[in-house]
Amino acid sequence: MTLLGLYNYWIFILLLVVGLYAVLVKGNYVKRMIGLGIFQSAVFLLYITMDKVEGGTGPIMQGVPVPGQIYANPIPQVLILTAIVVGIAVTALGLALAIRIREEYGSIEESDIRRLDHES
Amino acid sequence: MMEMIVDGLSWLLLAGGGFFVLVGGVGVIRMPDLYTRIHAASVTETLGTMLILIGLMLHSGWELATFKLLAILVFLLFTGPVSSYALGNTALLGGLKPELGSQDPSKEGRDL
Amino acid sequence: MIALIGLVTLTLVAVAAIATVMATNLFVASMWFGIFSLLMASNFFILDAADVALTEAAVGAGVSTVLFMGALALTGEKEAIRSRVSWFPMAVLGVLALALFVATFQQPMLGDPMAPVHQHVAPWYLEQTPNLINIPNVVTAILASFRGYDTLGEVIVIFTAGIGVLSVLSFKPKRRQTISSEALAAKVRGVQHHSILRVVGKLVIPLLMLFALVVQFHGKYTPGGGFSAGALFAAAVMLYGILEGADRSAKAMPEKVMLRLAAFGATLYTSVGLVCMLLGGAFLDYNVLWPDPVVGQYFGILLVEFGVGLTVTTVLVMIFNAFANRPTY
Repeated sequence: MTLLGLYNYWIFILLLVVGLYAVLVKGNYVKRMIGLGIFQSAVFLLYITMDKVEGGTGPIMQGVPVPGQIYANPIPQVLILTAIVVGIAVTALGLALAIRIREEYGSIEESDIRRLDHES
Repeated sequence: MMEMIVDGLSWLLLAGGGFFVLVGGVGVIRMPDLYTRIHAASVTETLGTMLILIGLMLHSGWELATFKLLAILVFLLFTGPVSSYALGNTALLGGLKPELGSQDPSKEGRDL
Repeated sequence: MIALIGLVTLTLVAVAAIATVMATNLFVASMWFGIFSLLMASNFFILDAADVALTEAAVGAGVSTVLFMGALALTGEKEAIRSRVSWFPMAVLGVLALALFVATFQQPMLGDPMAPVHQHVAPWYLEQTPNLINIPNVVTAILASFRGYDTLGEVIVIFTAGIGVLSVLSFKPKRRQTISSEALAAKVRGVQHHSILRVVGKLVIPLLMLFALVVQFHGKYTPGGGFSAGALFAAAVMLYGILEGADRSAKAMPEKVMLRLAAFGATLYTSVGLVCMLLGGAFLDYNVLWPDPVVGQYFGILLVEFGVGLTVTTVLVMIFNAFANRPTY
């Protein structure tokens, strides 16, 4: 597995930049929430990359503990397990705000909303 | 001896399943329109997964994992064709017309 | 060999993410996001994180896609194409990517057993779990017992997000509705004319709920636990709502009951901690719940995970019902 070397970190950087690009540049609010979701998944990838140990298995101790058995690091998994569900709850809140904005302004593009704010 | 036969058979099934997955993938890219592509993808989801899962079941013997693989196979056989049906039906109701071959008699002499 | 599969999966993840951002039709973008989440889940499994893979598959490829579709039905699917390319954000992102790239050369290689992250607390947890808690799944032991405070905070965050969605969507504008939800439901009730989908879907729903219960209560022995089970149960209810119509799923799981059950889940977690204090231990110290400390830990983890699963299920179901039953204004 060390053959992969640093490839995981480079993919993490790529996903981070792609997600941030969608949040910064795109005008549509739902697209921005999707970009935020990609950004969150990139951070999850970074944490789970840290838990892999060469020659280890998942951190589940089946039956009698075998001495010398290497396990993967369980701590990053604990942090990310809760973060995934919290991420979806926050995404749902963002989508609810986008729905309300659409009902008030008639559109969810940022340029339209700025124009309507300037006119009123 | 029996072990070698079961082992060889499982490798044969896995290779066959991999071949059909490849066929499905090539079909999805090369086919001209949605309905023919659904047809190609359904090869992957039924024949490809069936051969791969039966190969894995032979490979693992009489463990608990075999029954779990059987349950996965039954579940995939239930839901895979239904999702292809839903896709095709919705496309037809949404107004996408299938591309039919040309019925022009002047092209009858051409090799199709 | 597994390194090669890992390489291919990571590359596919990057391709799926780029395709998600480049799609202009938002339905296509949310479908690509579901594919991206599923590939991420298989990547997590290759990296030996089975709990996380299960939760990411259930949440990202299941619940998240349905929520995006529900939101897109109310906001519209086309994204306006901007003609000019803005250079300043691209420059900022380029500088960020370059700085991180230079920093990665100081990181340990993937799988290095001598990395600093494997040296301090992790070996202690792996050694002490059979002695102190004695359940096979170390991740559940850390989540519910060693780091129970963090999980309590996360449960309250999920509950707050659910209340936030309800309060944002409880405001109904005074404008005339285009079609009321009852009239729309009377015209097209779910996917009623697709009998094949309804029959197969109804076969799948009880199996999905049973699997969710197995994952909840087997979280000590196999990958699972309260968070994954909550997402799976909510996915079963969402399937019912899609097949039979959202008004039926709102009647089956009414909002008031869901709100009270979500509050009950968070309260259960806190009251387990308070009972531990009343019995003489510290807050969330499960050792005092039973004369034998290991059995006390077992009961503490069981109750706490049940509270977590209850809150996650009810909050996700509440959010789905709020999205799907909102009439188009």
